[in-house]
Amino acid sequence: MYNFEFVKPSSVADAVSALSAEGAQALGGGQTLIPTMKQRLASPDTLVSLSDIAEMQGVSSAGGSVTIGGATTHADVAAANAFAGLTTLAGNIGDPAVRNRGTIGGSLANNDPAACYPAAALATGATITTNARDIAADDYFQGMFTTALEDGEIITSVTMPVPEASNYQKFEQPASRFALVGVFVAKYADGVRVAVTGASENGVFRWSEAEAALNGNFSADAIADLSIDASGMIEDLHGSKAYRANLVKVLTDRAVSAAS
Amino acid sequence: MTKITMTVNGKSASGDVEGRTLLVDFLRNDLHLTGTHVGCDTSQCGACTVHVNGKAVKSCTMFAADADGADVQTIEGQANEDGSLNVIQQAFQDHHGLQCGFCTPGMVMAAAELLKNNPKPTEADIRHHLEGNICRCTGYHNIVKSIMAASGQDVSAIAAE
Repeated sequence: MYNFEFVKPSSVADAVSALSAEGAQALGGGQTLIPTMKQRLASPDTLVSLSDIAEMQGVSSAGGSVTIGGATTHADVAAANAFAGLTTLAGNIGDPAVRNRGTIGGSLANNDPAACYPAAALATGATITTNARDIAADDYFQGMFTTALEDGEIITSVTMPVPEASNYQKFEQPASRFALVGVFVAKYADGVRVAVTGASENGVFRWSEAEAALNGNFSADAIADLSIDASGMIEDLHGSKAYRANLVKVLTDRAVSAAS
Repeated sequence: MTKITMTVNGKSASGDVEGRTLLVDFLRNDLHLTGTHVGCDTSQCGACTVHVNGKAVKSCTMFAADADGADVQTIEGQANEDGSLNVIQQAFQDHHGLQCGFCTPGMVMAAAELLKNNPKPTEADIRHHLEGNICRCTGYHNIVKSIMAASGQDVSAIAAE
């Protein structure tokens, strides 16, 4: 990979300052960015490591919500066991060594169309907090690898309302362990939210027809007659559009049945 | 170049590194600790697994500068103080948990993290924990058996075929 200057600030303010330089990029756990740089698909002039910023670490609960620091690793999110769907999701990203480095902020900032965390953020109606503002998950995800983040903006924390019941089902691509399709179902007093990752060419999305059906009857029966349009699905050597569309329904069924 | 200092296997180690220097390259090329292997260099195979502040990481997918100030453990630090094999290493020998041996440093480091957090893992726990460690000799059954034995459990039920 091309060389770069490495800086490791210890506060959000210093990180924001470092990121204002031309060609500077934030580094979370690096589990996506470092392989990307090895392939020379990214070549920042400066990498600003966020791993030493104490105020961006940890998981806390208050007022029915859980707040996760942007630099918190998947392993630490899984260990915090805030609610069932989130624990399952975080505990099955990649492999143990990847989970010890990869961070929630890094995953959400990258918004890989097959990443797990976008499904949790969208299904829970999370608030993504940056150094500058709060962004609702419904406004945050703007297509494959595209988010509402401005250049140099850092995800400092993510706040998720704790659902009454939740579940995440991932059909794993066995080599990469990314989601071929992943479905996160979250049930709240005011309604059910269903978010799908891995399937669409536009990245994570809400399956609104399933949400409407599940609002009246939170059981797998409620979606038995639904199907999802395959036209916007990803097609690659791992699966066709129709295969992914079918997986969306199958995994939603399983997530509803297993929600706790 | 950036000056970094870390503790490696209990001893202080320093060096000057480029931003792009990977932790595994610092360990192997600067500190000459060549027990940590580079298998795939794409964070898939786990041969480069070391512990950073007690947590298993793929040292091919972490910058050396990000480990500045950290406590690092490698395969070279695993033996007992008298030089004899530790319980995990001995179990790998006793149960033929290695064939060509290339993945073994990573397997031992992954096993050490598992047994620290889960002293009596089930076979399923072990296999789940080893998802990021690939043995291209495909010697998985005996690796699982070795880790089971290292935890002091009966290994007779582990598949042998």
